[in-house]
Amino acid sequence: METAKITKTQAQGAAAQTAGAQGAAAGATPQAAATGAASGAAATSAAAAGAAPAAQPTTTLTGSQAVLEALLAEGVRTIFGYPGGAIMPIYDALYDYQDKLEHILVRHEQGGIHAAQGFARTSGQVGVVFATSGPGATNLVTGLADAMIDSTPLVAITGQVFASLLGTDAFQETDVINITTPATKWNYQVTDATEIPAALAKAFYIARTGRPGPVLIDITKNAQQQKFDYAGYVPCQHVRSYRPKPIVRKEYVEQAAKLINGAKKPFVLFGQGVILGHAEAEFKAFIEKGGLPAAWTVLGLSALPTDHPLNVGMLGMHGNYAPNVLTNECDVLIAVGMRFDDRVTGRLDKYAKQAQVVHLDIDPAEIDKNVKTTVPVWGDCKETLPLLTALLEKKTHSEWMGKFKELGKKEVEAVIHNELNPTTEQMTMGEVIKILNELTGGDAVIVTDVGQHQMVACRYAHFNKTMSNVTSGGLGTMGFGLPAAIGAKYGAPDRTVVAIIGDGGFQMTLQELGTIMQFGAEVKILILNNQFLGMVRQWQQLFNDKRYSFVNITSPDYVALAKAYSIEGASINVRAQLKGALKTMLDHKGSYLLEVMVGKENNVFPMVPQGCSVAEIRLS
Amino acid sequence: MQKQEFTITVYTENQIGLLNRIAIMFSRRKINIESLNTSPSEIEGIHRFTIVIQEFEDVVRKLCRQIEKQVEVLKAYFNTNEELIWQEMALYKVPTDVIAEKVKVERLLREYGARAVVIRKDYTVFEATGHREETDRLIKALEPYGLIEFVRSARVAIIKDSSGFHEKLKEFEAQEPGEGVIENEYLGKGTEVFSM
Ligand SMILES: Cc1ncc(C[n+]2csc(CCOP(=O)(O)OP(=O)(O)O)c2C)c(N)n1
Repeated sequence: METAKITKTQAQGAAAQTAGAQGAAAGATPQAAATGAASGAAATSAAAAGAAPAAQPTTTLTGSQAVLEALLAEGVRTIFGYPGGAIMPIYDALYDYQDKLEHILVRHEQGGIHAAQGFARTSGQVGVVFATSGPGATNLVTGLADAMIDSTPLVAITGQVFASLLGTDAFQETDVINITTPATKWNYQVTDATEIPAALAKAFYIARTGRPGPVLIDITKNAQQQKFDYAGYVPCQHVRSYRPKPIVRKEYVEQAAKLINGAKKPFVLFGQGVILGHAEAEFKAFIEKGGLPAAWTVLGLSALPTDHPLNVGMLGMHGNYAPNVLTNECDVLIAVGMRFDDRVTGRLDKYAKQAQVVHLDIDPAEIDKNVKTTVPVWGDCKETLPLLTALLEKKTHSEWMGKFKELGKKEVEAVIHNELNPTTEQMTMGEVIKILNELTGGDAVIVTDVGQHQMVACRYAHFNKTMSNVTSGGLGTMGFGLPAAIGAKYGAPDRTVVAIIGDGGFQMTLQELGTIMQFGAEVKILILNNQFLGMVRQWQQLFNDKRYSFVNITSPDYVALAKAYSIEGASINVRAQLKGALKTMLDHKGSYLLEVMVGKENNVFPMVPQGCSVAEIRLS
Repeated sequence: MQKQEFTITVYTENQIGLLNRIAIMFSRRKINIESLNTSPSEIEGIHRFTIVIQEFEDVVRKLCRQIEKQVEVLKAYFNTNEELIWQEMALYKVPTDVIAEKVKVERLLREYGARAVVIRKDYTVFEATGHREETDRLIKALEPYGLIEFVRSARVAIIKDSSGFHEKLKEFEAQEPGEGVIENEYLGKGTEVFSM
């Protein structure tokens, strides 16, 4: 059994990735990097082939070796993947790189890509996943779509049949490029080894710059095997048709500032753009100077500490009462790095019609896409926020903040109090999260799957560090939680990672327990079992007259299952055991599975029913 | 607001798969492409797409932003018919004996601005360029004389008041991103657009 433990080296690897990227961006010394890579390659290929290293400046490598050299040059240290015939040459080369590149063998390619996503979301680096052709590649599609909509930087590398067989329905051939086109920021098929260094350089550059996203490189088997003269790796810094960042227009920053300074009831909505732009400090300075109440989208969660006095809660369908209602009362709405998803806006024709809208976004296509903007501030919010803050008048909108508090109280009375301090015998998901908060102090990385537990976790989990909330926002992918948590642990090896998962979603990718067993990723798995596909049941209850059509789901004995994978665990169904069980889970050295039986028919409220305005949010 | 005819002009890198990447952006939104022409531009390695659709202006504007977002796309413009000069080319194949016998060919050609590109014993091929209605008229005229085959090209169009995209294209050749590459369409229209 392999027992690779997650150590600081991975964190350093991640740091190297940033350094590499920055070096590249600054145009530091690509030559130096290239020579470094080349000499490394020479040593490795020499070791592999048992031949003397070639004389400089070029060296002979196989396409596969060039792939791995590219990963090293980009600062990659961890790869998630699954081998197969069409990617065997790369795996063969990997055998010689084991001391430099750690490969985590997952149990399903979907698990691999979700793990790479979890890694990217907690490390801020590009996640990397390998898969073979055909079924291996098609198993990546869900994760690509998920990463695309949630702007997660990924490089997926798939093997492909020999170039001579392309288009012949060869064994395990699928048209991966066309299948993945709508789900990737960019993709490319390599049929000749000489293309590899440049293709991978471009892939990493595109994945991590601008609005990040997933990139797929499909490499035919002949290209992986082919030997070629390798002249080193040159990081990509420019693609002629690609402008990662729009040019900041100062006059719009000025207009935005004027609008905000004149506002009586300004309201800030922030999304993942703040985290992706590493602009948490700039964001905090911005809202603090302007005295601006700020609410988060699910993906913006953890960009601002939960208990910050200006943090007024979560937006959207299961968000908090005050921010939803007051969206339709504010006079200036300032959207920062968020994209007005329909789960946030509810009915668009009744959304913030009274407000002037300022929209800060790096992606020009987001401006005016859903909500008409009064002043667009194109750009990376790390750059635009300080410009805007500099022009703001120092203010405290205490009366306006008072409205948030007032409505907040109403929500506490109607929903939150009962959810967190239930008088019923059955446990609620909310109280589990509340005690988890007490025990972790808001320091943990919380990974969630999709469903009621996700919304409850996002509503109630406390965060005091950024990049701590990993969830599938835009795609809502059940089965995301467990593998993403594994990746999250590799991305943040020093932090406690708690995966909160429903009984439905857990059964979608539970085979990844095998990955935990083999590689020792320390993940605390918290299954909130309501014996239903809870979120769908809630809709059926509220909107389909309780016609519970196929939402009743049975579970195996999770503790026994965990045990089969050498993972310790417990299952509890009474409140008196809750705190102790959570503490045992958190204190345990190694992974742990805790199943908590919660109320079967509890609902998540408040809720903006589909097709309603945010102001029509229901408290019960 | 009504749907109307828009011509989208897209400048792209010359990359395999890009046609698909662009085409699926239309099919995803259930927009039917009326005509699509793609060919190399005057700059090496840069292609130009001309795509004609019937849509609402708002949809077209958003669509163009999304197209422009594709890595290999340099620029996407959209224009109404009034803002364009455009042509389509049509070829008409007719039996030579019928034509020679029954039609005053030189008059026909003059009237429709057509010309003969091939004259063989068995058939003759005429070519005409113009707007749809113009090339349609010639079909009507030739149909009674045993039109054998007809084909029409996609639209090619030139934007009337574009101030030299040729120059802008050359900028893309430079290593450093050129100014004004991602254009703020509101720039300089402050009061018009941002009435507060
Ligand atoms: C792959 C996938 N299939 C189906 C759905 C639709 N869906 C959304 S939530 C949900 C129920 C989730 O049930 P469970 O995992 O038990 O979590 P709970 O809602 O009970 O907390 C379903 C089926 C989905 N989001 N993803």
